[in-house]
Amino acid sequence: MIPSAFDYAAPSTVEEALGLLAAADAAGDDVKLLAGGQSLLPVMKLRLADPSMVVDLGRVAGLSGVTDDGDSLLIGAMTPHHVVATDPLIARHVPLLAQAAATVADPQVRHRGTFGGALVHADPAGDLPAPVLATGATFMIAGPGGQRTVDAADFFEGYFTTAVAEGEILTAIRVPKYTGWGSHYEKFTRVAQQWSIVAVAAQVRVEGGTIAEARIGLTNMASTPLRATAVEAALAGGAATADAIAAAAAHAAEGTDPASDLNGDAAYRAHLAQVLTKRAVLAAVGL
Amino acid sequence: MTATAEIGKARLRKEDRHLVTGRSRFTDNMVLPGMLHLAMVRSPYAHAKITAIDTAAAKSSPGVMAVLTGADVAGEQGSLPNAWPITPDQKAPAHGAIAVEEVAFAGEVVAVIVARSAAAARDAVELVDVSYEELPVVMDLEEAFTDKVLAHTALESNLSATWVFDSAEAGTGSSVQDAIDNAEVLIERTLYQQRLIPAFMEPRSTVVDPTGEQITMWSATQIPHILRLMLALTLGIPESKVRVIAPDVGGGFGGKLQVTPEEVITVLAARHTGKPCKYTETRSESLQAGHHGRAQVQRLKLSARKDGTVTGLSVNLLADMGAYLGLVTSGIPILGAFMYNSIYKFPAYRFECHNIFTNKTWTDAYRGAGRPEATFAIERMMDELATELGMDPLAVREKNWIRHEEFPFTTVAGLEYDTGNYEAATAKAVDLFDYQGLRAEQKRRRDANDPVQLGIGVSTFTEMCGLAPSRVLGSLSYGAGGWEHAQVRVLPTGNIEVVTGSSAHGQGHETAWSQLVADRLGVPFENVEVLHGDTQISQRGLDTYGSRSLTVGGMAVLAAADKVIEKAKVVAAHLMEASEADIEFAAGSFTVKGTDQSTTLGEIALATFAAHNLPDGFEPNLDSDATFDPVNFSYPHGTHLAAIEVDTETGHVGILKYVCVDDVGVVVNPLLVEGQVHGGLAQGIAQALYEEAAYDDAGTLVTGSFVDYLVPSAPDLPHYITGRTETPATSNQLGAKGVGEAGTIASTPAIVNGVLDAVRHLGVRDIKMPCTPSRVWHALQDAKTTGGVQ
Amino acid sequence: MASSKTITVEVDGVEYTDDVEPRLLLVQYLRERLGKTGTLIGCDTTNCGACTVHLDGVSVKSCTMLAVQAAGHKVTTIEGMSRDGKLAPLQEAFHQCHALQCGFCTPGMIMQSASLLTENPHPSEAEIRDGLEGNLCRCTGYQNIVAAVKSVADGTVYDDSGVSATADETETAGVK
Repeated sequence: MIPSAFDYAAPSTVEEALGLLAAADAAGDDVKLLAGGQSLLPVMKLRLADPSMVVDLGRVAGLSGVTDDGDSLLIGAMTPHHVVATDPLIARHVPLLAQAAATVADPQVRHRGTFGGALVHADPAGDLPAPVLATGATFMIAGPGGQRTVDAADFFEGYFTTAVAEGEILTAIRVPKYTGWGSHYEKFTRVAQQWSIVAVAAQVRVEGGTIAEARIGLTNMASTPLRATAVEAALAGGAATADAIAAAAAHAAEGTDPASDLNGDAAYRAHLAQVLTKRAVLAAVGL
Repeated sequence: MTATAEIGKARLRKEDRHLVTGRSRFTDNMVLPGMLHLAMVRSPYAHAKITAIDTAAAKSSPGVMAVLTGADVAGEQGSLPNAWPITPDQKAPAHGAIAVEEVAFAGEVVAVIVARSAAAARDAVELVDVSYEELPVVMDLEEAFTDKVLAHTALESNLSATWVFDSAEAGTGSSVQDAIDNAEVLIERTLYQQRLIPAFMEPRSTVVDPTGEQITMWSATQIPHILRLMLALTLGIPESKVRVIAPDVGGGFGGKLQVTPEEVITVLAARHTGKPCKYTETRSESLQAGHHGRAQVQRLKLSARKDGTVTGLSVNLLADMGAYLGLVTSGIPILGAFMYNSIYKFPAYRFECHNIFTNKTWTDAYRGAGRPEATFAIERMMDELATELGMDPLAVREKNWIRHEEFPFTTVAGLEYDTGNYEAATAKAVDLFDYQGLRAEQKRRRDANDPVQLGIGVSTFTEMCGLAPSRVLGSLSYGAGGWEHAQVRVLPTGNIEVVTGSSAHGQGHETAWSQLVADRLGVPFENVEVLHGDTQISQRGLDTYGSRSLTVGGMAVLAAADKVIEKAKVVAAHLMEASEADIEFAAGSFTVKGTDQSTTLGEIALATFAAHNLPDGFEPNLDSDATFDPVNFSYPHGTHLAAIEVDTETGHVGILKYVCVDDVGVVVNPLLVEGQVHGGLAQGIAQALYEEAAYDDAGTLVTGSFVDYLVPSAPDLPHYITGRTETPATSNQLGAKGVGEAGTIASTPAIVNGVLDAVRHLGVRDIKMPCTPSRVWHALQDAKTTGGVQ
Repeated sequence: MASSKTITVEVDGVEYTDDVEPRLLLVQYLRERLGKTGTLIGCDTTNCGACTVHLDGVSVKSCTMLAVQAAGHKVTTIEGMSRDGKLAPLQEAFHQCHALQCGFCTPGMIMQSASLLTENPHPSEAEIRDGLEGNLCRCTGYQNIVAAVKSVADGTVYDDSGVSATADETETAGVK
């Protein structure tokens, strides 16, 4: 319940924060960036993480909020889940993210926890990585060498690991608008507050009874979020009917590598992926 | 009982105001001058020899005042008590609060840090270097029974004790073997009671102040009186030198019915440092090292005739003690021994229980304690019998239950049930539930092959409450009695103080006891103050567990109030210059029979206080004590019905409707009863669907935090539809039966029976608890591949 | 030893300035430094919600926030809810509906319920339940908590009889 002692800094600009990271690195400090802290502080309290230095991004200006940027939205990395879940721009253009953000943990955690923090934390059971992957978002990362961008497909590298290197800070996520698409996030848990056992994010564009395009993301079916590419291919150009969707969803477990734990073994998760994919797509097309 | 002003009234609670405003007095809120803080060094291994402990670095860590190991306190820590040796030859390992040579479960304390701040204590935990030599672990109960691996090197066997009840030997029934040999239908099943964690919301906390001439302990405990006695016995301190205070206590559910290592260690730390010491566990420590509950393998045989009449029941239990015997660990299965026959007229019954050690956290009381296990087993078996015979599960129960006109009824387990009306409770439940309508909906879904199937779970139950008649406890080798004490004090103003030995931790005793006394003495409810939970205020008591408070503690309160009236009558007669025989008492006034001359209890209180004009030789004091020892248990009962939806695609279980009709006898406060039922239901449902203390093969608790030990929250539980029937108990003058455990006992089998009823036609015969989506789905897959034969 | 930081934070309407270790959690600051022991600690993994307070008017778990993060902000605890000796509507409703037993989850439940009603003044029963998903109670089975929150949303006015107005409701389902 009591973290190990650490030094603390609360910079007010990204540049200052980067400078602190560089200095800490030079001093051999084990440094952690603190965003909303809803995942970091619990592991520090359990002493599963013992950073010697914490750099708090909570007072850095300009990292929070949602802005309209033409054919995409810019979501600041420090935007709380609660704001993502209720922001009118997101509701209109990428409702999938609003729905997924509203399922993260519980209301108190959603008030504090941040969009970017959850993405960089990259918990395989987290509810934002798969939807963000399905949107084909772009990650804006600031580092000692300036800004760089990473595509969603390259961002999630492994178990709790992303393309954000030590000394770098995720500042914003650019999400393409999917105005007019149908979408749904289908989450499966044993109790409400639990991390996802499996969840499926679906965005579907229907034209005249046919599925023109589909983007499907899978939560907790591997050490990183996955795109269900076989399902996407099977859906594209097919009829927006329950039978066709069910047939396509049967491909959901292809290429996955789910874990086995108390909540279910790999076979069960593979099965769940198919059922939840079917349900997510049906809901996304309004069936 | 005649209807009165207070009994039966839904009084709002007296205890609420300080709790809703944050002026609570939980133990961890306590701060004393110079107080030191404790942090425990716990074994990461489930079974190991301690070969060396190096505390040097910890001792020199900033703020650390002392580090104590088992070796440091071996001569003074004694052995933690087991108050219930169920057989004369019961085996138990020595159980020091701090392990000395060997640890037998992961989480056992091997050293304690005493420091000036909680942070400094916690920091130093990392600096204690303990060398372990790992020993083989035995985690599985059935494997432990084989003795291939021993949980303790000092014991020759994992078997602690075997306890048998046989109705043929006891003369309460016939031979089970005969019944089985002649069975027209024989149902044999092995059922599993998973290990649960009480998970009270307030982590356990203890503050010990050694200053002054006695030791004062504040502790988050259900049992201040028993704790005081046991601390004295364990540590060799005169009982008179120990004061235990249970201030606000944040739930217990049996989990705080314990004399804990941490309490003893806090005393030792205070003794060694001479300073007040505080220990508050983290939730992770609570889940890992607070005692667990349930954990049994139930091997059952039920014999019956083809018409559904049960002819015999054989129960063979393996009960997981975990690594040690706690306060009543060994007796928990025995509390269930008398309940397997439940509400039924079985002619033959045999119960055999093997208490077995494993390298897990020790088990002990958890809400219901033995009785939920028994009820689950028999209610599952009655459903299996109904299935086997193609009968409605309610019909097979009705065929066997005791009819209301047959009470009082001596059961095959030897208990005398005083009253009950199972027909009435069941009829009411069936009505509230719309049983026929839901059966029709179930058929519709089956016929349509609906992916979401519907099941109806039935549970009819009774329990023995009001623990307990002291003589019965004596016959079961329990180390204490089952009485309860109360004192009613009359203050000069006429206000009343009630002192109860039944120490509440959320139940609402202050409110209910006030109602009892207001009713009996005819004083306003507001003028009664209830005191409890401090051994210096309430000197005698046996505390709160086993649905005993009202039926035992409440009776003591009434008896003490009656003594006050008798004393006051003497003064009233004197003041009104009448004969004592002519004084009548009603509604707070003493009246001279046949006159309008009267005086109030308040006036007598003042006169007694002044003592200017009292009868010769009258002691100027109306205060009265009473100790009540029940002559019998009480037997609440009820019928619970659950409509369960099973999503056959995902295995998800949902509760469409939950109806319970409980008969808890005469109700003092329906609001409190309702609250007890709701909370009990939540915990019983949680056993059926959500909770399990799971270990890996190495002996690590993998459900070591609330991330993995799934206590349900509001969206996970249904809206309960509750009703009551009222058949007054005759075993106490109020007619009350007890309600603390009813919901927990009845709901678990109702839910699991419902789950199975939803999928049995698909070939599923059993699903272990908790019925997780994964287990339900796998059961459905297995049924498909085996064609339903397992 | 990590260097301490000076923070200024408004708690229940009073401004405090203190030196704190960076690792000090907000809940520990409230309990140990300010003596605001009404806010309780029930777990170490952000699950139970007993420590819920308001930070600038919205609910947060004070065990999952550093005291230094609260610098410059307004914190409201359960102890700041009642005014002039009068219970806040939710406090009154929890009492009236028997929505507490041991009372340990109650401060967190009330603070989260208040936040929920700010965001959604007229929630359905399901929305109330979902809104309380981050608060564990082991005593009540939640039904009376849900009823208490609903009663505040419905503007229920209670009399001062000291007897439950809702108990009759349960009786309709029962047998006398």
